[in-house]
Amino acid sequence: MPLILATSFAELKDIFLMQGFAGFSLFAVFLLMALGLAIIFGQMKVINMAHGEFLTVGAYVTVFLSHMVVNHAPKLLPYYFPAAIVCAFVVAFILGYIVEIGLVKYLYNRPLDTLLATWGLSMILQQACRSLFGAREDTATLPEWMMGSWSPSEGLDIPINGMFLLALAIVMVLLVYALMYRSRWGLKVRATMQNRAMAGAVGINTKRVDRVTFALGCGLAGIAGAAFTTIGSVSPSAGSLYIVDTFIVVVFGGAASLLGTVLSAFTIAQSQSILEFFLTGVLAKIFVLVGVIILLMIRPQGLIASKVRR
Amino acid sequence: MLDVKNLQVAYGESEIISQLSFSVARKETLAIMGRNGMGKTTLMKALIGILKCRQGSVQVDGLDVAKFDSFKRVDSGLAYVPQGRQIFPTLSVEDNIRTGLVTVGKRKIDDWVYTLFPVLKEMRRRRGGNLSGGQQQQLAIARALVSEPKVLLLDEPTEGIQPSIIQDIARMLNELKKLRDITIVVSEQVLSFTLEIADRILVMEGGRFVHEDLRANVDEAKIHQYLAV
Ligand SMILES: Nc1ncnc2c1ncn2[C@@H]1O[C@H](COP(=O)(O)OP(=O)(O)OP(=O)(O)O)[C@@H](O)[C@H]1O
Ligand SMILES: [Mg+2]
Repeated sequence: MPLILATSFAELKDIFLMQGFAGFSLFAVFLLMALGLAIIFGQMKVINMAHGEFLTVGAYVTVFLSHMVVNHAPKLLPYYFPAAIVCAFVVAFILGYIVEIGLVKYLYNRPLDTLLATWGLSMILQQACRSLFGAREDTATLPEWMMGSWSPSEGLDIPINGMFLLALAIVMVLLVYALMYRSRWGLKVRATMQNRAMAGAVGINTKRVDRVTFALGCGLAGIAGAAFTTIGSVSPSAGSLYIVDTFIVVVFGGAASLLGTVLSAFTIAQSQSILEFFLTGVLAKIFVLVGVIILLMIRPQGLIASKVRR
Repeated sequence: MLDVKNLQVAYGESEIISQLSFSVARKETLAIMGRNGMGKTTLMKALIGILKCRQGSVQVDGLDVAKFDSFKRVDSGLAYVPQGRQIFPTLSVEDNIRTGLVTVGKRKIDDWVYTLFPVLKEMRRRRGGNLSGGQQQQLAIARALVSEPKVLLLDEPTEGIQPSIIQDIARMLNELKKLRDITIVVSEQVLSFTLEIADRILVMEGGRFVHEDLRANVDEAKIHQYLAV
């Protein structure tokens, strides 16, 4: 009897570990998405309903590049993925910049209008993807080295792409942190977030800060899209499946805190991934949601709230 | 240095300032006095561009900035210390000062800032929001000064501040005037403070000027009368 308990305990541990590592891919996508959404919301109180479509765009850029490489330069296959990440960022950034200039900037201080307008935009972008790439699902051909798994012990397989995405997400968080808290641009963003009129009156071009912040948030979603191609196939509606989860991560983390966003993305991705092993996907999601709601009842300000007199 | 002509400012339909004109000479300190609600803050906000100027011109050293966004006005030589200070509460004292450096494209805070405001040096790593009112006022002035303005706009710098710190601020401003080629427009309700720093006093009532005095021959009784409710 104790022996059986011991083995099943060891198995359980392996299951937890494996699902935990599998959860890192989800964590990376959640985190990159939530980071972008939180930056945009924090900076200009805009809720970007089209945020998911920037993931789709980033994913299509990656898939497109992978097809290009497979068809025209198969030798480059092992190396293209990092380039795809950069391209996904750049394309999503530029698209975000255009959207800010063409749409969002006219709607600041009108939260409901922005909600509707960006929702409409998400429809337009989805349809555009459908016309451009077809409604069928499409997958990126991944480099060999990302596909395998690493087994440090028997019965324990850790997928390499999960580790890669984890590293990517950590690097991006550090970059965003450095940008926000160590660079002059970040200073402008933080000042504008706190007091827009006053930021202008000390000499900050707040409109330009808005444009770049919005584009940066979209660019991060583009990177999330590149990451997403390693765990799913792309369709025009791929991003819209993630938008709700992303909102949950942001709200749960406490919208103004980088650390909160990281912890929240981690908690939600891991609980979902581990629960999914024991329950169906939908049930797992319900459990996660209930957990989030209970925690938000106890801490309405989210996991981490900033402590300062205002 | 600062030339305002026929300025008109309104909140929606209610016009607070109509056809206001005045000018301030280089290195002069002009005080604008008036009771609550007479339009001092409205004028200051219109000068820095937080409020739109409906009509009229605001020339800084010959350049009309009336149509500019705030940040461009700062670039053209205006700096603003608002009523209520409005420092950035979650930014450190240093970072608050650095926001003023954006215009001049510098990162390093020059030594003169801490020489002029020794308190800020001790507190430089604290969050702005955790400073006392008087310290925040000094921070707001420092933040404005580092953008190297030609014209400094101060809106009721003494509001809610204890007398000894008011003294400090007056001393600091007078020192600043000696050190630098700076023009100051200050709105005030405290006559004693005003008399210490101003070269000229204008009294504002209902969005227009009703009285003018040079400090040299100021009619204190008359100004007191205007300030009394
Ligand atoms: N946002 C606003 N919308 C409408 N009216 C306003 C607004 N802000 C101020 N006012 C009105 O403009 C007038 C001038 O206000 P202002 O703040 O300029 O006065 P002030 O001289 O600075 O007074 P105080 O000494 O109290 O600071 C007041 O009658 C006020 O009610
Ligand atoms: Mg006022």
